[in-house]
Amino acid sequence: MNDFIMFGVLPYVVATVFLIVTILRYRTKAFSYSSLSSQFLENQQHFWGSVPFHYGILVVLLGHTLGFLMPEMILSWNAAPLRLMLLEVTGIAFAVLTLVGLANIVLRRLTRPLMREVTTLGDWVVYLLLLVQVLTGIGVAVFHGWGSSWFATNLTPWLWSLVKLSPDVTYVAPLPFLVKLHITNAFLLVGFFPFTRLVHILVVPNPYLWRRTQVVIWNWDRSRLRDVD
Amino acid sequence: MVFHLDKCIGCHTCSVACKNVWTDREGTDYMWWNNVETKPGTGFPTKWEDQESYKGGWKTDGEKLELRSTSKKKIIPNIFHNPSQPSLDDYYEPWTYNYDELFNAPEGDDQPVARPISMITGEPMEIEAGPNWDDDLGGSEVYAANDPNLDVLSDEQQQQMKAIERMVMFYLPRICNHCLNPSCVAACPSGAMYKRGEDGIVLINQDRCRAWRSCISACPYKKTYYNWSTGKSEKCILCFPRLEAGEAPACFHSCVGRIRYLGNVLYDADRIKEAALRPDDELVEAQRDTILDPHDPAVIAAAQASGIPDGVIESAQKSPVYRFAKEWKLGLPLHVEYRTFPMLFYVPPLLPVMSISDGDIVRSDVDELFAEVEKARAPIEYLGKLFSAGNVGKVRYALRKQLAVRIWRRHVTVGDVAEEMAKKALAEADCTPEQADEIYRLSALATWDDRFVIPPFQREMAMEMMTDPHEHRASAGFGSREEPRRS
Ligand code: SF4
Ligand code: SF4
Repeated sequence: MNDFIMFGVLPYVVATVFLIVTILRYRTKAFSYSSLSSQFLENQQHFWGSVPFHYGILVVLLGHTLGFLMPEMILSWNAAPLRLMLLEVTGIAFAVLTLVGLANIVLRRLTRPLMREVTTLGDWVVYLLLLVQVLTGIGVAVFHGWGSSWFATNLTPWLWSLVKLSPDVTYVAPLPFLVKLHITNAFLLVGFFPFTRLVHILVVPNPYLWRRTQVVIWNWDRSRLRDVD
Repeated sequence: MVFHLDKCIGCHTCSVACKNVWTDREGTDYMWWNNVETKPGTGFPTKWEDQESYKGGWKTDGEKLELRSTSKKKIIPNIFHNPSQPSLDDYYEPWTYNYDELFNAPEGDDQPVARPISMITGEPMEIEAGPNWDDDLGGSEVYAANDPNLDVLSDEQQQQMKAIERMVMFYLPRICNHCLNPSCVAACPSGAMYKRGEDGIVLINQDRCRAWRSCISACPYKKTYYNWSTGKSEKCILCFPRLEAGEAPACFHSCVGRIRYLGNVLYDADRIKEAALRPDDELVEAQRDTILDPHDPAVIAAAQASGIPDGVIESAQKSPVYRFAKEWKLGLPLHVEYRTFPMLFYVPPLLPVMSISDGDIVRSDVDELFAEVEKARAPIEYLGKLFSAGNVGKVRYALRKQLAVRIWRRHVTVGDVAEEMAKKALAEADCTPEQADEIYRLSALATWDDRFVIPPFQREMAMEMMTDPHEHRASAGFGSREEPRRS
């Protein structure tokens, strides 16, 4: 029963909140969509926090996504023990990189008076959830090894069952506590996402790469102006 | 825009006018959209001209033009931490004083003092720097001596500039140049920055800025600022709400020295790219070439064809900017080698004011007078580095013409200079008596209407297009429909 609420219901609640709030917030409070960078107030430790954290978490998330989208590929890669080791070690390395970055970010916010001025309750919630997420993630990787393989066999089918709107929690039920905590916390993170600065992920500036270099905007309708006189 | 540096008295009225109107909010407290620097000096933020470290503006190999900071290629690895972004230390920590101490302190043996309080943390702080720390060469051993522009001078020239009896300085008021080829706009990953077509004002859409900070590094003049409280960048908006109502911007209007001129010019946007690819010493001329003659029938027809209203063409014909920058060639762009083509032109200062009479003897030799332009206390190479990308010929031309106008007016008003000599001076400076009189009039006598020729902006028409005036306000660089609070 508990498992069903956690892994069969919570995901839908969270997804609904995520969709409704992000859209509503974008439409009514566009001003609040910002990465709220604090590099301006402190320029050195920012590097050792932000850079390792972002690179680390991007690679780790990419790994999770691959496991979700192409489980067979992962499994066949993992067929050879050496390649399995390589994948696992890479995963842990980037997770540790994320943790180092996150630790720097949190310490920077805790110890510097200037930084405390621009840190809100929402930020602390995000940091707490992220810390739990990264720590449990590393814990799972260390104590319940070969996650890349059992992710593909157990979690991927469960996630797809969620997508297909017929949640099948039997895949998750037998998993150890640490894994369940990692999963539940991940959904909490998604649930809080639209209320925090994390929304900056949704507005990463990809169009920059192909837009024209300069931007000119006319407020006048020039053709109309000339016709008037 | 034109700033006539010979007339600036360094009073900072402009800066304060701007601060009171636009940047007295939390997060903007350290910003000076208008600031006045003493040259030689390191300016605000400290050493902003040092593009080796700030990486502002464009660079070119003659074929391609590329941002020196985060171009399209470089934004991806640098978006998490911008390596060339200045931080609070490069500006200063804003402060106020706890004035109430002066009134509320209990009676005691000592005078109560008001201590400096950080405007960011609200805690007492030590003041280490301010926005204008090197005013009037204050601390010149630390500041003036580190002016990046002094590199072009020989050691001997530098020593001469520092010698106390020859000590030289002038003021350099700076606002956003509303450049023709703005690197801030080109660098904005969100596409939040834009140049207004009607008047060329460069603005940041507050609703679309996502705090990637690329514009801060990319602007070589450091005229976009990061609001640390709202997480949005802000910059000079050239007081467009005033302009649209026919008023001059606050800094222009309040300028005590009346050094500021405002007017529109017609330019050929298709020439900008090619102009920006030219070598350094051709840049002043290349930029001038983009500005078109508003009296030329072909230009007028082309402007009409592209939908420019007659009122705007008419005001371009009366524009003081056109006369200073193009017709008289007196106005020069600041650091044109950054290749953003700043639309603020400076009339370089004549340092010192040269005297025509040496005691009782009135000088009779024009060459001797012009020689003083070369001998002036501010070495011409220094001015060249600032105002013509090293092409000292452009500065020399502007200085000689200004000097010739003075000689001519001396002839007209005092009469102790022979007409022949005055005319010879004018001829050598590529000037006519008529032009000299006009330069004199616009420099010395100009009224409000002469200095500010504001095109009719048809505000009603512009506003009509906007669905929601509040939304418009936010997208035009200032204000928001929401409380600017972090979440
Ligand atoms: S001076 Fe103004 S328009 Fe030019 S690059 Fe800087 S902010 Fe942009
Ligand atoms: S108000 Fe005018 S004269 Fe005074 S500092 Fe500013 S630009 Fe110079």
